[in-house]
Amino acid sequence: MTPKKSDAEKLWFSGNEALALGAFEASVAVASGYPGTPSTEILENLSAYKSVYSEWAPNEKVALEVAIGASFAGVRALSTMKHVGLNVAADPLFTASYTGVRGGLVIVVADDPSMYSSQNEQDSRNYAYAAKLPMLEPADPGEAKEFLKLAYQISEQFDTPVLLRSCTRVAHVKGVVSKGEIQKSSVTPGLVRNPAQMVMLPAHARGRRIAIAERQQKLAEFAETWAENRVETGDRAMGIIAAGTSYLYAKEAFPNASFLKLGMVNPLPEKMIRDFASKVEALYIVEDLDPFIEMRVKAMGIACIGKEKIPAIGELSPSVVRKAITGETGGAIFAPVDLPPRPPNMCAGCPHRGLFYNLNRLKVFVSGDIGCYTLGALPPLSAMDACVCMGASIGMAHGMAKALGEDGLGKVVAVIGDSTFIHSGLNSLINTVYNKSYSTVIILDNRITAMTGQQPNPASGSTIMGEPANSIDFPELCRAIGVKHVRTVNPHDIESTYAVLKEEIERPEPSVVITRFPCVLTPAEKKRPKTSFTSITEKCTGCGMCLRLGCPAINWVPLSPEETKAMGKKEKQKGYALINETTCIGCGQCLALCKFEAISTGEGK
Amino acid sequence: MKQGNIHFCGVGGQGILLASELTAHALLAAGFDVKKSEVHGMAQRGGSVEAHLRFSTSKVYSPLIEPGTVDIMLAFEMMEAVRYLPLLNAKSTVIVNTQKIAPPAVATGKMVYPDQCLDALTSQGITVVPVDAFAIARKVGKLKAVNVALVGVLSRYLPMDEATWIEVIKKRLPAKILDVNLQAFHEGRKAGK
Repeated sequence: MTPKKSDAEKLWFSGNEALALGAFEASVAVASGYPGTPSTEILENLSAYKSVYSEWAPNEKVALEVAIGASFAGVRALSTMKHVGLNVAADPLFTASYTGVRGGLVIVVADDPSMYSSQNEQDSRNYAYAAKLPMLEPADPGEAKEFLKLAYQISEQFDTPVLLRSCTRVAHVKGVVSKGEIQKSSVTPGLVRNPAQMVMLPAHARGRRIAIAERQQKLAEFAETWAENRVETGDRAMGIIAAGTSYLYAKEAFPNASFLKLGMVNPLPEKMIRDFASKVEALYIVEDLDPFIEMRVKAMGIACIGKEKIPAIGELSPSVVRKAITGETGGAIFAPVDLPPRPPNMCAGCPHRGLFYNLNRLKVFVSGDIGCYTLGALPPLSAMDACVCMGASIGMAHGMAKALGEDGLGKVVAVIGDSTFIHSGLNSLINTVYNKSYSTVIILDNRITAMTGQQPNPASGSTIMGEPANSIDFPELCRAIGVKHVRTVNPHDIESTYAVLKEEIERPEPSVVITRFPCVLTPAEKKRPKTSFTSITEKCTGCGMCLRLGCPAINWVPLSPEETKAMGKKEKQKGYALINETTCIGCGQCLALCKFEAISTGEGK
Repeated sequence: MKQGNIHFCGVGGQGILLASELTAHALLAAGFDVKKSEVHGMAQRGGSVEAHLRFSTSKVYSPLIEPGTVDIMLAFEMMEAVRYLPLLNAKSTVIVNTQKIAPPAVATGKMVYPDQCLDALTSQGITVVPVDAFAIARKVGKLKAVNVALVGVLSRYLPMDEATWIEVIKKRLPAKILDVNLQAFHEGRKAGK
């Protein structure tokens, strides 16, 4: 049988593209976020819709505050971030719950179970409960778009910010999405003074606290009849309550079971759950990460099976769900083969590499931060010793300096990227100066937010909409804060970078070293004509110095004793280094390390 | 073929996502429901990269391929094909680009690239289709066309006709690189089956 061609024109969209379309169709006027995998492409795609104002904010707190302001001004507003970003935005989030909204306000938060690109795997649903906010959870790109539009209706109808929980397998899954109608807000844009609702003085907040309780009650009633909380009656022997991607995995594993598919995970439809539970023999709660639904169902006094079987760590999948419930593995599976690992690596010609090579040489304790440069922790560079969250490097280095006193002088540095510094490193640098530290802060200025895929930031000189913008002058900024010693170096220049670092690290005062060179993936850098280097095998002694960079363009070629002899090399030489000319971009770092002139710059070729 | 699971794997930067996109569009053009799962972010920086693609004449629920259920694997690098062995079964077909890309531990001489690594697949009865896609790419004069050459091979194992694929490639690739990529697709198709 061949499948039928669909008659309506359908779009093939990722969850993030679908959310951008949903925001457009919901007539969102202002959108602000901070890049973070897996949420980044929502705003990138939304910025292509010219009727929507989109921006990258310096951090998630600012982004949410921008969205709150836009909502107060009577337009629909969106804020996007990854799960850890919501921690940063938690302060405005909790009180925006009190103020409520004028124009609809939705916060899309993308979780990352299994930590494909994150430092933790927290479950954002807990924020919905803690901040007393409704949260919708779509399962795939098609639902993501529809749920975002529904979220705006709920937001305006119930006078509340709404959270929409995405995750890696919604954001970066592609599926069929249909275009829909443009939905208009019922709110008229403009400024309206309403201090009792918008000025959260304690006296006002006390009143709003009661309004929230009433709102929660109304939302709980609404959840009972909302169409996206639905029962799929199947075999009554097994009943499954699930939301989001967990529903898809459970449906795939148990296609004949009965389902209560929840589109809204907070508040929960208690009557609906009781009714469903009474009609099935065994009730399972299938959800990734925390027992969020399970705890509430158990608190209702309903017997169910949840985390005693379903893993609370890592993302679920059909096979994980099936195995957890039935113990079946689904047939013979080949065991994995032991292979050399292939972790991510900095690109060939990455400017960060030169810095980390030097930090390794200096044997300092490196207080690190979040970005591509976190890969500096991996061998052979092995030059990062701590990394916690965005912006933490500077504060931690200062804390270490205060803990160690004189003994720590010259032993600790903070390493932070340009975007991360602007995100939340700046306050810590102010603290370092104000509280008289001696730590050295290295700002890795590659002109862009690189790891999430080249998003411009306040130092890049352009906006998400592609317009020219102010570019922060880091040296001036640092001096204004009170840092007296600010040096800028080219990290590709290994030896002068080393000399500057050594001097500043030993200095008993706060200092900043800015390693400035554009990321190789920026459009301008990609276009810049480059000449790859070549290795001169006859001159290579196999000393291995260049391999200490861990550059993907340099490969070790092992030699047998016979081959060594045939090549006329010294007997003890075990191999030679070979530069891959298709990946090398001639950054020059290896040239500085080779003592045998075995690398040619390719000049004159 | 009413449904199928296709697994794409290789090294970040090899054009795996584009290959999976072209395949998804060809399946959609033929009227299948399709879901595809990708990994972005830090994992893309030269690391092991995979995409899961599932298609069916009925609704596809999970975007993830279960262990042991891959029908066709399109591997852009030999060792990466072996890395995802637990996803395969004895009836799987593995189309593999016979290219070796040294991971950091091999490139720095700390570990050795496994010799004859595809034996781990053939010894399980898995059908392995080796393709020198890099040679095809060199022949057509564009080294980056490795991905489209491999799509050409893959096209032999899927139910869509050649015209559907060509239409998709024409629609999805920029004009200035279209001709070489169409050539790469044809050469890949010739190399398959």
